[in-house]
Amino acid sequence: MRLRGLRIYGPLTLYGIFLLLPFYWMLLTTFKSREELLNTANPFWIYHFTFSHVIELLTQTAYLQWFANTLFVSVASTVVSVFISYITAYAIIRLRFPGSEVVSTVIFLAYIVPPAILFIPLATIIIQLHWFDKLWALVPIYATFLVPFCTWLLIGFLKNIPRELEEAARVDGASNLAILWRIIFPIAVPGLISAAIFSFTLSWNEYLYALVYMSSSGNKTVSVGMTTELIRGDVFQWGQLMAGALIGVLPAILVYFFFVEYYVAGLSGSVKE
Amino acid sequence: MLGYLLIAPAAIILLGLLAYPLVLGVWLSLTSATLGKAGEFVGLQNYATILADPIFRGAAAYSVFYTVCSEVGKLVLGLALALVLNQQFRGYRAARALMLLPWVAPTVLSALAWLWLLDPQFSALSWLLVQLHLVHSNVDFLGHPWPARFSLIVVNIWRGLPYFAIGYLAGLQSISKDLYEAAAIDGADGWQAFRRITWPLLAPITTILVAFSSIFTLTDFQLIWTITRGGPTDATQVFTTLAYQRAISGGQLGEGAAIAISPIVFMVVLAFFVVRSVREK
Repeated sequence: MRLRGLRIYGPLTLYGIFLLLPFYWMLLTTFKSREELLNTANPFWIYHFTFSHVIELLTQTAYLQWFANTLFVSVASTVVSVFISYITAYAIIRLRFPGSEVVSTVIFLAYIVPPAILFIPLATIIIQLHWFDKLWALVPIYATFLVPFCTWLLIGFLKNIPRELEEAARVDGASNLAILWRIIFPIAVPGLISAAIFSFTLSWNEYLYALVYMSSSGNKTVSVGMTTELIRGDVFQWGQLMAGALIGVLPAILVYFFFVEYYVAGLSGSVKE
Repeated sequence: MLGYLLIAPAAIILLGLLAYPLVLGVWLSLTSATLGKAGEFVGLQNYATILADPIFRGAAAYSVFYTVCSEVGKLVLGLALALVLNQQFRGYRAARALMLLPWVAPTVLSALAWLWLLDPQFSALSWLLVQLHLVHSNVDFLGHPWPARFSLIVVNIWRGLPYFAIGYLAGLQSISKDLYEAAAIDGADGWQAFRRITWPLLAPITTILVAFSSIFTLTDFQLIWTITRGGPTDATQVFTTLAYQRAISGGQLGEGAAIAISPIVFMVVLAFFVVRSVREK
């Protein structure tokens, strides 16, 4: 028993140290006094606790604005993308129209096109559409990677809902749209939650598009604002930077912890499907 | 009819903001476009320019090196973690939830924590290595080409191994226990059971995980841009960071588009493997 415990918890501890180290480091730096950041007997501990980094971050920088922007973009793109993905997934698997097979393959291929090969041509389109430096423009832009991902996830999910349910409703005279809202939607809720968590964390994580297409400070997201405005010159304000990183990591982690089972199920499903 | 109506919003977004930019990107790479000027058709001029450019060749080489090393590291460490998690023990759910944090947290923000951990003067990792008498003085992790290249690979492994672990965990849980019992009766030891049962049965999942992850590692931007910006002196430049510098910072849209598109050569091969293994299921 002793040996077995060691064989499990030993490796787990090593993994835990490696995987959680940066988070522990954010937490320490956030509350460590300025002098101690540069000169300390043991960097992995706090001797002089302080709130000044957090206060300075929130009062002397545009951090709160960036935070609000990220929240707006993430929530809006999640709602829009999950809705679009739901009706698309339903159409593909239940309304077998000519070409629905092709659509599902194209959606899958769209998912594996990385933003890194699109951002340059997309920049010229954004400028032509006068979407440059407009915060809401990130919503349709993020939909380009959220919709393929969520549709793919929801196709796998909706496939498992028994057809008999719809057929029974159809016999009772329900229209396709009524079936979509009243019959399928309530059963699909776990799948939709899964899709929504992924969308939210993916949007919160997005960097390249926001970096290239947002230019004024008032329209930046947390990641972009921190790397373009808090990192300046050679002297890094590590206390403020780590406070910003810690606060910026929290929403993604909170959403994840609340729905961790859905998250893991979705992640496992995307591999097994 | 309703079918077409329901897929219309997705179709408009994907055609207008994904398919069209993809085609436009190919076109841009064949022109002399700059930021603000449409430019002219120049044929394969941009490709000839970048192929003759030692910085581009270095970026291509490091992109591949970075991807190969990271994938091997994520596969080995992710599978090992999955094997540990796949046992009955107290705290399983908590352990699984915590181990996924690097994958869930926004990359730029955790990369900033790594940047500070790898600081040339105040690095806590250097402090630890000095205390353990492994080195005499602070290590300049990001100031020299090879240490910087390997530091980025370690951070990439850090971020991606939870994804492999969860993928493999799902795979392990679908393997029937009977197989291992039969093997144990036949006198197979743990390593033999792994070689003959676990690894072959995980093969389809390995293909998907590696192919998927490679596509996004090959075109990684956030992590490298935040930590090294392609430095020191272009030593950690990859396709995406170089494309960003040439196109957005430098305004050379045509050349940048050519650089951004070049990893497609590898990606088509990877996408082929993904589509094939998804089809087989």
